[in-house]
Amino acid sequence: MSTFPIPMLTILTALPIVGALVVFALGKNRARWSALAFSFAALLLTLVLWFHFDAASGALQFQETRSWIAPLAVDYHVGIDGLGLLMLLLSAIVVPIGMAASSQIQQRVPLYYSLILLLQACLFGTFTAQNFFHFFLFWELSLVPAFFLIKLWGGPRSTKAATQFLVYTMVGSVAMLLTFLALFLATHTFDFAQLAALAQNGQLMPAVVDKLAWHRFTPQHVALILFAGAFLGLAVKVPLVPFHTWLPAAYAEAPTGTTILLTGAMSKMGVYGFLRILLPIFFPQMQMVLTPLLWLAVATIVLSAYAALAQKDLKRILAYSSINHLGYCMLAIFAIAKFTGGDADLTAEKQAAMSGVFLQMFNHGLTASALFWFVAMLEKRTGGLRGLDDFGGLRKVAPVFTGLMGIALFSSLGLPGLNGFIGEFLIFKGSFPLVAWATSLAVLGLLTTALFTLGILQRVFSGPLNEKWRAFPDLTIGERLALAPAIGLMFALGLYPQLVLAAIDSTVIQIVQQLRF
Amino acid sequence: MLAWTIYISFLGAAAMFLLPKGSVALARILALLTAVAGFALALTAFVQHRSGEMLTVTRVPWIPSLGIEYHLAADGISLALILLTGIVAVTGILFSWDIDHRTKEFFAFYLVLIGAVYGVFLSYDLFLLFVFYEIVIIPKYFLIAIWGSTRREYGAMKLVLYSFVGSAMVLVGLIAAYVVSGSQSMSLGDLAGYPFSPHFQMFAFPLVFVGFGILAGLWPFHTWAPTGHVAAPTAASMLLAGVVMKLGAYGCLRVAMTLFPLGLVTPWNHHVLGLGSWRGVFALLAVVGIIYGALVALVQKDFKFVIGYSSVSHMGFILLGLMTLNQIGLSGAIVQMFSHGILAGLLFAVVGRMVYARTHTRELAALGPMSLNHVIPFAAVAFVIAGMASMGLPGFSGFVAELMILVGAWHAFPLLAVCVGIGIVIGVVYVWRAMQKAFFAESRNEPASPEHPLPPISLPERLGAIILIGASVLVGVYPQLLLNIIVPALNSPLFDGLRKGSWQ
Amino acid sequence: MIAINHAQIDYAQLLQLVWPEIILVAAALIAVAVDLLLLRKQTPRLRFAVAASLGSLGCVAAILRLVLAPVQANILDGTLIANPLVRLVQIAVLALTIFILLLSVDSKFTRHVGEFVLLVLIATTGMMFLVASQDLLVIFISLELLSLSLYILAAFSKRSLQSWEAALKYFLFGGMSAAFLLFGFSLLYGLSNSTSLLAIAGAIHSPSLNPLLVIAIVTTTIGLGFKVAAAPFHFWAPDVYQGAPAPSAAFIASASKVASFFIFFQLAVLGFAGAEGTAALPHIVRGWVPVLALVAAVSMLLGNLVAITQSSLRRLLAYSAVAHAGYMLLAIVAHSQQSLAALLYYVITYALATIGAFAVIAVVEEHKGSDQLSNFDGLARQAPVLSFGLAIFILSLAGIPPLAGFFGKFYLFVTVLQSSKSLLWLVVLAIAMSAVSLYYYLKVLKRMYVAALPPDAGQFESPVLSQVLVAALAAAVVLLGCAPHLLLRWIEAALQASGL
Repeated sequence: MSTFPIPMLTILTALPIVGALVVFALGKNRARWSALAFSFAALLLTLVLWFHFDAASGALQFQETRSWIAPLAVDYHVGIDGLGLLMLLLSAIVVPIGMAASSQIQQRVPLYYSLILLLQACLFGTFTAQNFFHFFLFWELSLVPAFFLIKLWGGPRSTKAATQFLVYTMVGSVAMLLTFLALFLATHTFDFAQLAALAQNGQLMPAVVDKLAWHRFTPQHVALILFAGAFLGLAVKVPLVPFHTWLPAAYAEAPTGTTILLTGAMSKMGVYGFLRILLPIFFPQMQMVLTPLLWLAVATIVLSAYAALAQKDLKRILAYSSINHLGYCMLAIFAIAKFTGGDADLTAEKQAAMSGVFLQMFNHGLTASALFWFVAMLEKRTGGLRGLDDFGGLRKVAPVFTGLMGIALFSSLGLPGLNGFIGEFLIFKGSFPLVAWATSLAVLGLLTTALFTLGILQRVFSGPLNEKWRAFPDLTIGERLALAPAIGLMFALGLYPQLVLAAIDSTVIQIVQQLRF
Repeated sequence: MLAWTIYISFLGAAAMFLLPKGSVALARILALLTAVAGFALALTAFVQHRSGEMLTVTRVPWIPSLGIEYHLAADGISLALILLTGIVAVTGILFSWDIDHRTKEFFAFYLVLIGAVYGVFLSYDLFLLFVFYEIVIIPKYFLIAIWGSTRREYGAMKLVLYSFVGSAMVLVGLIAAYVVSGSQSMSLGDLAGYPFSPHFQMFAFPLVFVGFGILAGLWPFHTWAPTGHVAAPTAASMLLAGVVMKLGAYGCLRVAMTLFPLGLVTPWNHHVLGLGSWRGVFALLAVVGIIYGALVALVQKDFKFVIGYSSVSHMGFILLGLMTLNQIGLSGAIVQMFSHGILAGLLFAVVGRMVYARTHTRELAALGPMSLNHVIPFAAVAFVIAGMASMGLPGFSGFVAELMILVGAWHAFPLLAVCVGIGIVIGVVYVWRAMQKAFFAESRNEPASPEHPLPPISLPERLGAIILIGASVLVGVYPQLLLNIIVPALNSPLFDGLRKGSWQ
Repeated sequence: MIAINHAQIDYAQLLQLVWPEIILVAAALIAVAVDLLLLRKQTPRLRFAVAASLGSLGCVAAILRLVLAPVQANILDGTLIANPLVRLVQIAVLALTIFILLLSVDSKFTRHVGEFVLLVLIATTGMMFLVASQDLLVIFISLELLSLSLYILAAFSKRSLQSWEAALKYFLFGGMSAAFLLFGFSLLYGLSNSTSLLAIAGAIHSPSLNPLLVIAIVTTTIGLGFKVAAAPFHFWAPDVYQGAPAPSAAFIASASKVASFFIFFQLAVLGFAGAEGTAALPHIVRGWVPVLALVAAVSMLLGNLVAITQSSLRRLLAYSAVAHAGYMLLAIVAHSQQSLAALLYYVITYALATIGAFAVIAVVEEHKGSDQLSNFDGLARQAPVLSFGLAIFILSLAGIPPLAGFFGKFYLFVTVLQSSKSLLWLVVLAIAMSAVSLYYYLKVLKRMYVAALPPDAGQFESPVLSQVLVAALAAAVVLLGCAPHLLLRWIEAALQASGL
């Protein structure tokens, strides 16, 4: 069903915007519920898309094309393939979780929820965009709600964190923008598909070099500079070490509901960008600097795991763990980029790695959201305390809490049977034949992850009960019910990954084939 | 009909003096009605005239012995700017609802200014254009000197003298062009069609361009702008930054570049500092203006100065767009004129009317402790949106315009385009800094209730802000609205000279 | 139209020709007689009203005579000339005189009302003859008739020391300049054996300039430069503008300027034809053009720069008059038919604005004691009509469109460039200086509109006549600015018809 009678994607993007306005106009009391209602409506729409999606086709579906800005050759072109669909679904799932985890927000509630809805609109816009202008529009716009969510409702050092977040991302964005302007000059298009086609024909960079004949640079250098611009913009967002320093502060200072959005959905924008932009358009350049890139990925995986080990703040631990998890995605993507020629024999590996990336993105979004949600509940019960050493023995007073959070933690660890496992497994399986040394090194990160995850379990939930929390209430029925779908999904995906794989398979094949020419 | 935008404004100004003494409310309403009528006319013309070609509005002989005609005409470029003038005029009056000192005179001067601005954008005869251009100067002076704040008389005088020096340069250029061409006509079309010798153009172009450029905030002749904008009352700042600076940019394009295209591109026989023609010089100055304005805005202590210098920076984009000499850059420059007109108006409205008129201070350090985002949240929201739009956030008009200019600049001056990227980043930082300091300064505790609680944001203010934001979003989301009429205008025979010169 | 063209004098025809002047003199005598015989015991205001009305009637009658019975004449090789152009200038002078007479009605500076009106009309008669002659002798005599009347008019406020001082300065400088002028004329006569301008031009026509001719050019320039208050012969102007009674000062600044500039143009263009030289940088050729160009440049620079520092409005106007003299001299430098048209347009509109300004000054002085700029603080609140009028006049002087002053400047500069593109440097200088001038003009406007009314300032009633006069003049300035063709068409037609 690639054609649909109504412009579903436009409606999907517009819905949260309308919601934001409505919520803002409604009073404080009704804001929470109306916002939740809008997010569920968006989820519903996404599910409609999911079920009407033709999984057998790797092509773009639900496309809409209209003329938009003639001088910039920009068309309003939206559409989704399996990747886009997955990301839409993730965003639609994460946002209600984020809202549910924001119950402790008491100030300026309508504004808070309308900013969240705005952020959701930006996510939808980014994931459905098929040309750079459209993509960049929402990519940049998403900073605004994110910034204010962190700043206005965040912790004591939230201003600094928010500003740092903004400045990092903005510098990256401007670099990316300049790169695409250069591409536009040479090709007169912002369309991803056209750019990718040009890149595969090998016409893209010669055209650019031809247009921007900087006498001191070789064509290679020009291409690399352009690649660096786009890379910077995306790497900051993911983030890759060493562009990650904004992240722990931002995640820790943001209200937890916002952190869920940041880690669950916004960090995926970076990975999505790598898959949608860098890999199809800049793979020759990626190959040129593949070794440094792999080192970056390995460093991201290993260093962030070690950094997590050293943290005392639960949110910071989870923040570093997020970096670590997305590092695996980066590793796989770089690995895939290594061989793009006619290596037909490696296709299976590449497809495995690519599927792993997709799954990992989705799973990490789900798991990390759930974990932060637990932190939010913890904070709600303790009045904001979330240090690793502030607790102990909670298992005794709150067994359900412990059990469910344990499931989420094990999912994050990658325990087989839970959703985290299959993604990491596919990534390692696919990447090892492609780049053995880097994958081997990355295993170090896997081990360290186990250490700090178990550390959390041990220091928070096991051991002697901290007397302070003698009256620690367990999860309420409402909370349990709210958590149930998320936990259920973790098991479902862990046991039956085909649920997602079926939808993305064709897209994976399509992308991998595109890289073979 | 379009000509009535001019007449209606002048009539409205004259009618101010017929109102009975002390009828403040009546004066406001009359002014608003006049401005709305002008806006309605502009909008009607904008909606009807979708082809963007030059359309003669009125044409009668004026001074036959000199071949001067009273010739009003509008093409897409003029229409876009006339629409801008209408929007800013209406909102400016909404934001001046609190003027109660010599109200009638205020609105009279205001409407004269508006009328003259319409006149400039509509003039096809260059003598007429110049007449309107100079009429603009005097009401500006009084608006600032009488109703202004901080060092108003200094600011007003500086502004007027700069403007007048600029127009003197323009006058020399126009007279020279008129005489050289054989003195038959002052019509833009006729003069643009006359083949001036490259030598003549090379001296006339910089003269006229700088003359108009002074009003457009061309670095290093921009110094009137911040002081003038800061001293001016809110509505005047809005008009000055929003519309009057556009007069300069419009003149640069419509007169200097149209009449003397060869002066722009003909290479000098020698290189000075690596620059080979006027085009390079002015492009460089534009970029210096972008970065310099942004850097200076970054260190200001006075809220309004931040906005004042940001205008210099944004006007640099326009001038750079003009110098790219390609269709995308030029269209971008015109969209940027529109966009900056709207956004500068909004920013000045927030700073001057919503904040300063209530707090009586513009010191960023003093505003911080007031927790303005709690006290007047609407102002905070409006400023955030205006700031975002002004820093070039996608979805607002500024982004499209700056993007097009950047694309044009990549074509023409790749190195400068990279510098502009730096300017954009600094732009983000200074808006952010001002926003932080003014509205979101650190104060964890609940805001101490001030001795005199600030009055809430009034309805006219809300209305004005919403109109401006709406306009910016509309253009940002669907720029084709403007581009549809701008592009045909740029492709018209009027710009043949420019196209033959070096259009890319 | 009656055409007279004789080398022989025919007194009947001469009478025919000088009817307007006769009317004027008669009106003057009637006015003085009525005033002295019938109205001696009445209030000065009534006496002024009657005398000024009679004088104005005389002027109107003269204008009517000029318009209704136009004469085309050239008696004794240009001793006395009547043609459309001369008639135009005469009408302009007469019209300006009417304004001056009306302006004086509300003044209280003298009890010698009849004599005042008499002198004004005599001076006007002098101007009428001055502009109607192309003969050195007549020019000189009518110039002296004009000057002597003006000296007395300047001193008319007998109780004011300032007025005395001004008149004395005016007289001394004037006498000296007359001497220069006479010296120059005598040299010209010596060179050409004739007093007719055309004959002189024929005689001095030679490729290289006779040193005596150079002296003659210089001394003549000094003499007439004094009349038009061009720098550096302007020293009398600030004092006279400041010291003389307002109507006298306005008269000196307006009508007499019109006549003087016209005759300056004629003298230079007709009398010194063939000795122009050029003022084109850097190839200056000796002749009268570079001399005048230099005087013009100095006037523009000095007038505008010194005006900035003035604190008295009259002195400010005096220095601005120097500057305007500089601009107007450009028209003579250009010496083309168009530039004469531009000059006439400029000087007439300039005169209108100046009279208007003095009319406002007179009222303000009456109520506040002096013309110090500080006395204009907040005037807009006290006298809105007068302030608005003054604003119009000042802006017109500054050359802001759509007022007459702007078109005057524009047209002047266009014609100067048309005559020779190498005069661009003068045009650039003039435009640059007019940008400077805006500064001090704006200072005046600032006083009226921006500055607060001093707390001790009481309200005052502006005289109705002054208000009407100012409103009429302002309307004229605006009208001529918006529709310059009204006047320009007339000037151009006159120029065509006179074949100059």
